[in-house]
Amino acid sequence: MTHHHLSLEVSRLAYAYPDGTQALYGVDLAIRRGERVALLGPNGAGKTTLVMHLNGILTAGHGSVAVAGTPVRRDTLKEIRQRVGLVFQDPDDQLFMPTVRDDVAFGPANSGLRGEELDGVVRAALERVGMLEAIDRPPHHLSFGQRRRVAVATVLAMRPEILVLDEPSSNLDPAARRELAEILRSLDVTVLMVTHDLPYALELCERSLILSDGVIAADGPTRELLADADLLARHRLELPYGFAIPAAAETV
Amino acid sequence: MGAGHGHRLYVPGDSPVHRLPAQCKLLAVLCFAIVVVATPRERFWAFGVYALLLVAVAAVARIPPGHIPRRMVIEVPFVLFAFLIPVIGLGERTTVLGLSLSVPGLWAAWNILAKATLGVVASILLATTSEPRAVLLGAQRLRVPGLLVQIAMFMLRYLDVILDEMRRMRIARESRGFEARNFRQIPVIARSAGALFIRSYERGERVHLAMLSRGYTGQMPIIQKMSASAGQWGAALALPLAALAVWGLSL
Amino acid sequence: MHVPDGFFNAAVSISAGAVAAAGVAVCLRGAKRELDDRTAPMAGLVAAFIFAVQMLNFPVAGGTSGHLLGGALAAILVGPYTGVLCMTVVLLVQALFFADGGLTALGVNIFLMGIVTVLVGWGVFRLITRLAGGRGGITVAAFVASLLSVPASALAFTALFWIGGTAPIDLAAVAVAMGGVHVLIGIGEALITALTVGAVLAVRPDLVYGARGIARPLELRGADGTSTVTPQEQADPAPSVGSRPFVFGALGLTLLLAGVVSFFASGDPDGLEAVGEEQGFLSQAGDHLFGTWSLADYGDVGGIPVGIAGIIGVGLTLLVAGALGYAARSKDKTRV
Repeated sequence: MTHHHLSLEVSRLAYAYPDGTQALYGVDLAIRRGERVALLGPNGAGKTTLVMHLNGILTAGHGSVAVAGTPVRRDTLKEIRQRVGLVFQDPDDQLFMPTVRDDVAFGPANSGLRGEELDGVVRAALERVGMLEAIDRPPHHLSFGQRRRVAVATVLAMRPEILVLDEPSSNLDPAARRELAEILRSLDVTVLMVTHDLPYALELCERSLILSDGVIAADGPTRELLADADLLARHRLELPYGFAIPAAAETV
Repeated sequence: MGAGHGHRLYVPGDSPVHRLPAQCKLLAVLCFAIVVVATPRERFWAFGVYALLLVAVAAVARIPPGHIPRRMVIEVPFVLFAFLIPVIGLGERTTVLGLSLSVPGLWAAWNILAKATLGVVASILLATTSEPRAVLLGAQRLRVPGLLVQIAMFMLRYLDVILDEMRRMRIARESRGFEARNFRQIPVIARSAGALFIRSYERGERVHLAMLSRGYTGQMPIIQKMSASAGQWGAALALPLAALAVWGLSL
Repeated sequence: MHVPDGFFNAAVSISAGAVAAAGVAVCLRGAKRELDDRTAPMAGLVAAFIFAVQMLNFPVAGGTSGHLLGGALAAILVGPYTGVLCMTVVLLVQALFFADGGLTALGVNIFLMGIVTVLVGWGVFRLITRLAGGRGGITVAAFVASLLSVPASALAFTALFWIGGTAPIDLAAVAVAMGGVHVLIGIGEALITALTVGAVLAVRPDLVYGARGIARPLELRGADGTSTVTPQEQADPAPSVGSRPFVFGALGLTLLLAGVVSFFASGDPDGLEAVGEEQGFLSQAGDHLFGTWSLADYGDVGGIPVGIAGIIGVGLTLLVAGALGYAARSKDKTRV
């Protein structure tokens, strides 16, 4: 079996924190290149722990993670971190440099880009999230939604194989939420979106995974999973009040 | 307390002073302050000329009038102290407006007031005309250790975030009827401070993870070159050189 | 209370600057050993935290309020090396971007508010926690450490003032006034530091550097239902190893520099001109670079050259700090 068409492959991944708390109990999942997949699950299901494994911030206690066929190991970390673009939940954690330009340049500069080439990459990434005009502003002068878009640009500048977003819709007002959705839909990269915002998952991803108690409890078309009220209830997931799965409409 | 810390001094602008590289301005202000401190206190006119030099810089930098005097409040505690010295000072005494004052004390007060004020105004000029980030990078060019500059960069970046968190905690306290009025309320403030520390520390860890995720290996990439031309050095150092000339003439 | 330009003469400013630079260099190395590539973000965030808590006013007495210096707090929460770095960066940022504290006095400010508070705070804290372990010991230690760190800083200020202050004030008056006021402020500092450390200890004891070693043992469960208990592995070695040479180094350097610089300064024949002596201050018209020596008073009275007086000054500071430490130690012994 060839792996090159898989952006991400996780098999039998288990992990316990140094304090003994076990968070993952054998996670299996595979994401094909170009897919947009939502990872759903209640708080404490192990979502963040799983995400931390995808670029080697945590290393597997058991099992393996591979990005585009390259296993995540100590000696491949540098390569892996370029290929996996992690967008954190709080953009302030991600935007640590004094200006937007410096921040977007941080990753590519770490991998050796300089001068014109670096500038081109930075501008292109900001262009894709519609934030080019903010290039010389300090991040703390931007609105929350703008900061999240810049955070997406910081990882796009790394030309990642897969974009991993942790709760991308949290704290966004409806307009910012729609803008971000449009940006994500326009990107031609593999996306793994970790969220408990079910309508957002439905809007953006054809396929969803449910992570519950440290294992993948369900994997299928988002529409089908969200239509299964029992399944959702079992894993402490809930659609917003009054929200119904549009029966006839095609998935986006 | 700390009222002057609520906002930074930088005022964006496009004057010749703003355009000078920060390392030149930083060195200029430092040298100027050294010349001022080294000037004997009896040279009243020298201090007057120093003040005129600073006024000239402020004019070239097109700093709005009122900006500098407003920012000088930072000096107030020491001004009060300076006014106290003649009263409690030792030595020969003289009577001014019915008050018995120490003559050496008066000299000391004048010495501190004049030098501290010139130093504060020079620092305000630097902070007003230079972007904070540029000042730190300039400090690095002047051989301040890179790690220290990095720490300061992170501090500047997250200062507002943390002050905001502190403000939200204060609002939460006050909206529940809390007022810091006496000693017994210190535990409440301390709990907030403890919570603030935990949030700051955890944010530090998350920032570190975010840096690792983008290939950080312990070195900040140096992206832009900040070099200064001889002309720029000359323009910046004109201030301390002029002050030095005044000091020389006053001998 | 940040010292502005012109408050101390050049000899003191230069010596303090050199000591501060050396101390910061040692701490950069020490912090890097402890935090590795986490140093910059962690110290930066903690510095921002210290800056923020310095703005927290707390009521002291009679309607006045004080605010935290934060040196002891920083040392206990993140360790002495990182603590000094955080205080240094706070002072640097205040001087550069808020014009608070003179640029030529930056060394003095870092020495007084960064190095002295952290060293005294951490030293006393270690002493007491060694005698009285556990959470209670840590809280008491945090209280006493921060209580002493504030007047220690004030006394160091007095010592510097003695060597090279530019105001003719009776040294005893300065010492009494500075000491008295700062003991009061120290009580506020101590209360808030101890309670803050206690609050962190209650929620995230693992984050308190000074509380390493009180982690609860782990329970290991076997498949057959048996369970064994093992002590938690400490990620970092005990911090006491590296800090002692640093303490002695910094103090020794202060002693040496204050002595040497003062000696050269006093080599200038004008240097010993007395303030308010019969020739009068106006005869100092030909004054030298280092300003006037208020210490000259003492030089004339006791016949002690300024260089030696400088050494005595630093020595006295050490004695006072040592006595305070010893007092704290014996006090705690009776308590335990």
